[in-house]
Amino acid sequence: MRKVMTGHKAVAEAMRQIEPDVVAVYPITPQSEIAEYYAEYVHNGIVKTELIPVESEHSAMSACVGASAAGARVITATASQGLALMVEVLYIAAGLRLPIVMALANRSLSAPINIHCDHSDAYLARDSGAIQIFAESAQEAYDYMIIAQKLAENARVRLPVIVNLDGFTLTHSSQVVETLPDEAVKDFVGEYDPPYPLLDVDKPVTWGAFAMPDYYFELKRAQQAGMEAAPEAFLEIQKAYSELCGRPYKGFFEAYKLDDAERVIVVMGSTAGTAKAVVDELRAKGERVGLLKVWLWRPFPRAEIAEALAGAKAVAVMDRAISFGNLGALYLDVVSGFAGRPGPTFVNYIYGLGGRDIPMEHIAQVFEGLKDAETGELRYLGLRE
Amino acid sequence: MAVELKSWKELPVGGVIPGGATPELNKTGSWRAKRPVWNAEKCIHCLQCWLHCPDDSFFLKAQKITGIDYDHCKGCGVCAAICPVGAIEMVPERGGGR
Repeated sequence: MRKVMTGHKAVAEAMRQIEPDVVAVYPITPQSEIAEYYAEYVHNGIVKTELIPVESEHSAMSACVGASAAGARVITATASQGLALMVEVLYIAAGLRLPIVMALANRSLSAPINIHCDHSDAYLARDSGAIQIFAESAQEAYDYMIIAQKLAENARVRLPVIVNLDGFTLTHSSQVVETLPDEAVKDFVGEYDPPYPLLDVDKPVTWGAFAMPDYYFELKRAQQAGMEAAPEAFLEIQKAYSELCGRPYKGFFEAYKLDDAERVIVVMGSTAGTAKAVVDELRAKGERVGLLKVWLWRPFPRAEIAEALAGAKAVAVMDRAISFGNLGALYLDVVSGFAGRPGPTFVNYIYGLGGRDIPMEHIAQVFEGLKDAETGELRYLGLRE
Repeated sequence: MAVELKSWKELPVGGVIPGGATPELNKTGSWRAKRPVWNAEKCIHCLQCWLHCPDDSFFLKAQKITGIDYDHCKGCGVCAAICPVGAIEMVPERGGGR
């Protein structure tokens, strides 16, 4: 069904259709409406979910961990400082291999306090052990919430999954979103079958045990195996979902007019939409430009992205957060795919911090800037010098 | 006791340990600096020590204390502090102190 809805509503709709056992949330701009829509579903008896209105995001993620260990299917949502408060427990969720799904309405981190979009919250959780997916549109946020549920619970993966959607740009703007019938989503995600539910008293287990130096390393290596299994599971689930919804999702990233492109932008999130429009304009003038929009950021598909970029002359990797003291995290990810072998020229652009607008002219400047660039350059887009 | 350490590939997902009450397998008595010594003569079997022991280290049979599990007692001294009749004395391990 095609409807006009905000990104909030699209995420809440996916959650309603998945109908998890537990949702534990704490309000924070620009996430709050996801929780508000869901609270309304619970209040009106549309879903049977246990909604836990906790006293902080630390408690939200803690409640998610407890419920997930008990054997429940669990979803939460947050943004910015809320994620920062969750991060301590997010690492625990990943270490315990709990398949908690989270919608992250991307917002900058303080200070200075700011409520608008950038990706510094997602970057904060980069090494948490959570899988991270970025959506370009409300449609993608809806679709990837459903894919995320199945990916998180995949027996080889079993990790938290974060679905990133740009705060305000996606959460608060209305877009056309095509939703699936409720039954189709329920059939797709299926029943959750937890391997060690804490509440199964006939099969007692110990959760959250201490690990000395003789076992900690092995357990962290085993956790990495979940990440290693994620790409294949992602592709399988994405393919099945694509067949179900009829939208052509294929791969870890979207390659837009990339095949013969000489100058390429790599970006995550809603800025890809602006960049596509610029690619179209420049292509109309005969310029060989293209776009690579990353869907799956963690685990990072560096070999596949390197293969897709190998034919380019110059690549601008755009980070919507500063990794203080070094080049951007996405930049380093992309360049790592070329370690030890020749590749295109790579420039890093930091852009859009704290909701700074990214008009088409700025994207055009990036493509223009790629005509004269050196690898390792760090440039700031849309900044007053 | 020689323990065979497992490879990372053999561990249950998320570090879960199958089976309940697994702390029993981990003998923590060697952490103890002071040892509680139970005096059977003085004991009135009020079970306050058994109730308060954080490591479940009092042996109990037919509602009566029968001894202390030194494999798991960490020597915290809660039992000696709670005992209303002074039937538990904390004695330094390895002959220190007195």
